[in-house]
Amino acid sequence: METLTPKKETVSAPAVTTISGSKAVLEAFLAEGVDTVFGYPGGAIMPIYDALYDYNEKLKHILVRHEQGAIHAAQGFARASGRTGVVFATSGPGATNLVTGLADAMIDSTPVVCITGQVFAHLLGTDAFQETDVINITTPVTKWNYQVTDATEIPHVLAKAFYIAKSGRPGPVLVDITKNAQLQLFEYSGYQKCTHIRSYRPKPIVRKEYVEEAAALINKAEKPFVIFGQGVILGKAEKEFKQFIEKSGIPAAWTIMGMSAIPTDHPLAVGMLGMHGNYGPNVLTNECDVLIAVGMRFDDRVTGRLDKYAKQAKVIHLDIDPSEIDKNVKVDVPVWGDCKETLPLLTRLVEQKVYPQWLQKFKEYQQKEEEKVIQEELNPTTEILTMGEVIKTLNELTRGNAVIVTDVGQHQMVACRYAKYNQSRSNITSGGLGTMGYALPAAIGASYGAPDRTIVAIIGDGGFQMTLQELGTIMQFKPDVKLLILNNNFLGMVRQWQQLFHEKRYSFVDIQSPDFVQVAKGFGIPGKSISKREDLVTALEELLNSKGTFLLEVMVGKENNVFPMVPQGRGVAEIVLSKEEI
Amino acid sequence: MQTKKEYTITVYTENQVGLLNRIAIIFSRRKINIESLNTSPTEVDSVHRFTIVINEFEDVVRKLCRQIEKQVEVLKAYYNTEEEIVWQELALYKVPTDVIATEVKVERLLRQNGAHTVVIRKDYTVFAVAGHREETEALIKVLEPYGLIEFVRSARVAIIKGSSGFHERLKEFEHMEPGEEAIENEFLDKNEEIFTM
Repeated sequence: METLTPKKETVSAPAVTTISGSKAVLEAFLAEGVDTVFGYPGGAIMPIYDALYDYNEKLKHILVRHEQGAIHAAQGFARASGRTGVVFATSGPGATNLVTGLADAMIDSTPVVCITGQVFAHLLGTDAFQETDVINITTPVTKWNYQVTDATEIPHVLAKAFYIAKSGRPGPVLVDITKNAQLQLFEYSGYQKCTHIRSYRPKPIVRKEYVEEAAALINKAEKPFVIFGQGVILGKAEKEFKQFIEKSGIPAAWTIMGMSAIPTDHPLAVGMLGMHGNYGPNVLTNECDVLIAVGMRFDDRVTGRLDKYAKQAKVIHLDIDPSEIDKNVKVDVPVWGDCKETLPLLTRLVEQKVYPQWLQKFKEYQQKEEEKVIQEELNPTTEILTMGEVIKTLNELTRGNAVIVTDVGQHQMVACRYAKYNQSRSNITSGGLGTMGYALPAAIGASYGAPDRTIVAIIGDGGFQMTLQELGTIMQFKPDVKLLILNNNFLGMVRQWQQLFHEKRYSFVDIQSPDFVQVAKGFGIPGKSISKREDLVTALEELLNSKGTFLLEVMVGKENNVFPMVPQGRGVAEIVLSKEEI
Repeated sequence: MQTKKEYTITVYTENQVGLLNRIAIIFSRRKINIESLNTSPTEVDSVHRFTIVINEFEDVVRKLCRQIEKQVEVLKAYYNTEEEIVWQELALYKVPTDVIATEVKVERLLRQNGAHTVVIRKDYTVFAVAGHREETEALIKVLEPYGLIEFVRSARVAIIKGSSGFHERLKEFEHMEPGEEAIENEFLDKNEEIFTM
């Protein structure tokens, strides 16, 4: 197929500094501390895979079954480890299969570097075999992308790629390398990490006057409320955040992406925000007098209707990305900067306080939610199992030590509502994009990112069928992933909406599933399916205690709904606890 | 109630393939039409400059500028109203030469509208006018009765009245730790002072 086959590098190469572009890519990885790559070979990336053959000792390559699996795995790796996930894919379909994952990583600020092969430079624009305009396809879903057509560019472009992916507000970066550049031999003078790009300012400079203004507002507040997102985790500022809320005594609620930054049983933790978040944090957003948003972006699933969102409150927004300030919610005091730096400054200036009455209010709402929703979800009186009680039992067995990876839909909301966490980087989920099929590959990646931790992937029957080919990856590479399918025989979240807002016209939500245990068996993965309460504990124990991957399917109530809920188009204070209230 | 207004956005950038697309999709993603877009070198060697004209609410324009500045290769984005800039567009008009030769009135009209001749051929003559949109548009009306063959207008180029150029600013950017100059756009609550320099 290829015409430009260069001579193989001989062992006694004339100059030790002459290497191929492909080798330069791998040298860059090693210099950046990469030890795991998720990828799939193909025509246009073959020179890199050829070079990879000699790097077997230093670089672990996980051969996925679909490029979407590669990038979700890299995302899971990044989220679990705090490092950058790395992906290889070939040109054309290989690269286009990355797009969903790129969009997911973009909206959830996950650091990922993707290397895609591209056709020879002289074929660009000729509709060559497996040629797509990858740079332009991926521009809206990457923080940065670049096409390399000459091997001499590779060291500094990759240095830039890793720097951009990880610094500031992280995000996905894609480097498209034409085949001739991969093959080209060039004078290699070593790899230098990138630490500065003149047009790029990853962190805005902290303005002291705003920190002071923020502190003054907080010190005067009677009902202050902290809401935080993934920024705390991305900034590795969990300790600084805890010190801030503990000194200031302010109750704190998390977005789905911020979850696990503080232990779920922290005395100041008041729960989750958003459409299926907790009752108190949603209602009291509209009662607080100072709202302190830390590393979160006021997503519409968090705010509900914006013109009914926290109108009474002075808003302080700590964010590393200046474009987030005022984007959705008008801010009174913008504290831009890395929260790892801004939080300690703020902590120093705020007074040591407690707000027992204010905290009590959260507890009262929590009590109401317990009575109307949580009690029945976790200790159901029905014969059929609920998703909530599965999570509750899981909590008891893992004691909050597991990394929970979830897919998208009802099981995701239930898992995020009820799972307990006692350390950061324990909740891995597709928050912004809501990518069904995310969990299985992300869990595989997470198991490489956090090899010492228990990885539990909680997946719905619909989402599991979107990327179940990655069971093949598990079969081959034997990562230890606990697969827990919560099967309600429906595309549950869509069904819930159809029930609540479309007069129960269940349009194409009755998804049929294969025998998941049989499917797993085909991949050499042991499994079990249960539907009875008395089997739950032993089945979960079997799942958690299994050596290696195990698949447990739990049949749960078909038409259970997730509540509370802020119906779309309503304010956060209009959150409802049951379908009767809609 | 806010109204949509014409804003001129000036973006200082690195010179990189693909950046035009990266900037253009910030507008198209939000279904905002670009009225005019010009790329140009600047007084600083390696720095490029985009001049973009849109009709939008100031709120939206401010957010757009922040999204533009977020791009790795963008150094700085400013937005200005018409009063804050000096601007020009260049228009070319192709008219049959025989008409101009015979109609005395046309010659006078061209002079009145500040047009100058670029090319004279036997069959046609090309005139150029640099100016504001009303001026270049006015001449179309004038020339139409005399058989205007072709008309084209360039994108807007604009200079910000209060600007002192980019040389000094660039030095700030080249520092590892930029000074206040480079970060002035982040004074987000002093909007008027931010983007107008």
